[in-house]
Amino acid sequence: MSEEPKPGFTRRDLVRGALVGAVTAGAAPALASKGAAPIGPGPAPLTLEVNGETVALSVEPRVVLVEALRERLGFTGTKVVCGRGACGACTVLVDGEAMCSCLMLAHEAAGRKITTIEGLARDGKLSPLQEAFVAADALQCGFCTSGMVMSCHSLLARQAKPSREEIREAVAGNLCRCGTYPHVFEAVERAAGIRTAERETRSLEIASAAPGGPSRLLSDDRVDEALALLPQSEEGLA
Amino acid sequence: MSEQDVRLGFDGKFEARKLDIAPGDPPPFDPSRKFRILGTRVPRLDGRAKTTGEARYSIDVRLPGMLYGRILRSPYPAARIAEVDLTAAEKMPGVRAALILREPGSVVRFAGQEIAAIAADSPERADDAVQAIRVRYEPRPFVVDPHAAREESAPLVFEGDTKTKTSAGDMPAAKKPLPRKGNVQGPRASDKGNIEEGFRKADVVVEGTYSTRVQTHSALETHGLVAEWEGDELTVWASTQGITGVRDELAQELSIPASKVRVHCQYMGGGFGAKFGARTEGVAAAKLARKARAPVKLFLDRKEEQLATGNRPSAVQWIKAGATKDGKLTALHLIVHGNGGTNGNTGSSAPLKNIYACDNVKTEEYDVFTNAGPSTAFRAPGHPQGAFALEATMDELAAKLHMDPVEFRRLNDPSEVRRKEFEIGAERIGWKNRDARRATNDPAIRRGVGVGAAVWYNTGGPGYKAAVTVHRDGSAELEHGVQDLGTGSRTMVAIVAAEELGLPLDRVSVRIGDTALPVGPESGGSTTTPSSAPTVRAAAYQAHRKVAEHVARGWKVDASDVSYAEAAFTSRADAARRISWDEACKLLPEEGISATAERAANHDDAWKRFTAGAQFAEVEVDTETGQVRVTRVVAVHDCGLVVNALTTESQIQGGVLQGISFALYEDRVLDRPTGRMVNPNLEQYKILGAKDTPEIEAILVPVYDGINNTHSVGIGEPSTVPTAAAVANAVSHAVGARITKLPITPEVVLEAVDRARGGRS
Repeated sequence: MSEEPKPGFTRRDLVRGALVGAVTAGAAPALASKGAAPIGPGPAPLTLEVNGETVALSVEPRVVLVEALRERLGFTGTKVVCGRGACGACTVLVDGEAMCSCLMLAHEAAGRKITTIEGLARDGKLSPLQEAFVAADALQCGFCTSGMVMSCHSLLARQAKPSREEIREAVAGNLCRCGTYPHVFEAVERAAGIRTAERETRSLEIASAAPGGPSRLLSDDRVDEALALLPQSEEGLA
Repeated sequence: MSEQDVRLGFDGKFEARKLDIAPGDPPPFDPSRKFRILGTRVPRLDGRAKTTGEARYSIDVRLPGMLYGRILRSPYPAARIAEVDLTAAEKMPGVRAALILREPGSVVRFAGQEIAAIAADSPERADDAVQAIRVRYEPRPFVVDPHAAREESAPLVFEGDTKTKTSAGDMPAAKKPLPRKGNVQGPRASDKGNIEEGFRKADVVVEGTYSTRVQTHSALETHGLVAEWEGDELTVWASTQGITGVRDELAQELSIPASKVRVHCQYMGGGFGAKFGARTEGVAAAKLARKARAPVKLFLDRKEEQLATGNRPSAVQWIKAGATKDGKLTALHLIVHGNGGTNGNTGSSAPLKNIYACDNVKTEEYDVFTNAGPSTAFRAPGHPQGAFALEATMDELAAKLHMDPVEFRRLNDPSEVRRKEFEIGAERIGWKNRDARRATNDPAIRRGVGVGAAVWYNTGGPGYKAAVTVHRDGSAELEHGVQDLGTGSRTMVAIVAAEELGLPLDRVSVRIGDTALPVGPESGGSTTTPSSAPTVRAAAYQAHRKVAEHVARGWKVDASDVSYAEAAFTSRADAARRISWDEACKLLPEEGISATAERAANHDDAWKRFTAGAQFAEVEVDTETGQVRVTRVVAVHDCGLVVNALTTESQIQGGVLQGISFALYEDRVLDRPTGRMVNPNLEQYKILGAKDTPEIEAILVPVYDGINNTHSVGIGEPSTVPTAAAVANAVSHAVGARITKLPITPEVVLEAVDRARGGRS
């Protein structure tokens, strides 16, 4: 028995399939709307506007936007994780709207304003949202962070004072494996001015009858409550 | 060695101990020591780079003339490879090198195993070329279901000998080869006391079978590396938990000296245990680069990541346990069948052996082989599944004894730290009135509260080095070849150095993630902080002392006469003599001064204990739909002496969330007729998201254990050990029937609801 192996159906297959169909039928909406002649399958020239700058490149029609950004143009801040719109790591703003750049062809993005994570800081100064991400430690490995920040940026642009539920909703499509969500919520609330007080380093001395001095209990923002419970716990000490 | 008095302990209770302190190593911090930076909430140093997209992960590396590598994988779960023909592929546009990874005549044992690799000048062309590789397979019978694999008539996954692969993140494997019958290997057995005797002493006995499913690591950055040759020297940028392991495997596989390989990893998109060594794809990238005479980037896609880069083995655990009527454990017996696909070492007995005190404990661990991707270390190997079965059993015993589950645990817990943690957590979650809170305003929704315990081990060890250079401008440079997986190790080492040198954090520069630096630990087993922090502190301590010696020479006094406080050196003998740090550094030689320190051995005679944790979870269960929502988690953990309270809190939140994800959602599904994974992605392989995230309260209990000079222990693994157990116990509490299966899908919940109502089961 023999059979040629078929590697799995990938995003690139999907895009390639869709594009071949679209080009032969002459019906790709983004391309057709410009009245452009069919392009491909070889590289075709393309102009993109990324973070306010116009860049020219030449890519095959099957190349998706994230790949053009990362591998052709060097905007590697945008990440690829699932390659099929399930995780939000590749989120960029297209004409101000948060979108998965792995699900959009580079040629589809022609003539539209693209903002990547590299475009948020101004003159080396972080945006308030980025600052809040750093301060609240809303990142661990950081691989979801670009997409997470873009989604939150988009949220704050349309809703200056989002509720916790609105924040959850805004990043519901951004998967994080390290588990940064609680600090992401906090960062957005800080950036929005909802949570104004900086959480300081809290260290508290636990009064102890035992000789040898105090020890510390570090907690988060419920230190006072924790303190209140401790004296009653003393009796249970082994 | 010099013997010194140190005080060790926790919660205000400290004992004086004498420890042998190695030359050049500072004694462990005294509990009275006040810190400027250490233990505070320090935003990570690379936060800016990560929020602006400037952080260059290995997958982001672009080199001139760089090619893109792709791997062809077997679509069959079992086959003999009859032929691999690269001719057509090599002629495809843009292809620069091709490589057979599995020679004709060899066998594949799971769908997704590597067959051949290609390097081409664009990712798309590499994709095209991979599809042009012609392979003739002779498919064989296979088995992917672990229950079916245990049957006598099951196809054999291995005809000959098996070899269990372990990595730096694994629990120690059996030293002796294990017996194997069919697809079942084992047991790895342990036997303490007399199990029969233990059950004879018991007034109550419970028994249950608990099953968990395969969980994949699903780190966001996939496995891979970028390889570049310059003559006979190889440089790689890898996504790895251990740069030294990558170097050593590449050297070995390519038959070149380790000194000719340099590995970088500056930023890393998560590992969770699966990223050790160069692995097949890394070696392939290096070989393709050598063949093509061009740099090659080879990173896997998400599907490959799901199929072939490791997972947490599933487990079917049978537990029988006994206790006396006054609530003392007398017997614990565990038999586990773990399924790690083509890999062994799937046991889950560690929590049962290491958490509660019991004189009679017997464990038997079997590995069941199937034609599925091999398991590998995954954040606290064996522990989340083991804790789930153990803690359910503890609840069952408590119920039978009519005892409070927390009191029952405290009664059997030998760790005074954890007994305290149970107490703090119980208070925080509102344990006492948990029964009263079961009913909600919605008759369909029931609330429940559950508990679980964590254990980890005082790991970390000697053999690592760090170098600290103090420059004439008073700034310092730290070199230490550790890598930062996202845990914050870059910031952690900077804090330790700055604290010891008496400098603000921004005057310490940190170089990590490069095998050219003094060797650091691989990041497995939660050993990074306990290995790195004491090493870095020793280097900073010695560098500081060298500056003091320099000052002493200038003053023509003995170095012991010079003391340091508030950023200035003073002479004990002559109060008029005082020089600030900055002024003193100006007098250093042009190259500044440097000190390289090696981490001292652990103090075995210290206040010895395991790392302890306790977690409490509150859930809401819809008894009509079977949906479970975790609403709150209280996580109380011993983190030794914490270095950075902010990143430690982050890591605990992460451990908790991965635990909830394991408890409720994650399930690798293999198709029995074809042997292929049906959810090799991130939309059908469900992991926890923002909307599933509960309120998490992390509480750290500082412990001065004296095992190393900074009292450091790791938190990565203990923070995920008890979460699934606590969630499952909370669901059981809510519905009134024992949850015995993870993930707790609506089906599992509804089945439990039926049982609770006395219906069909």
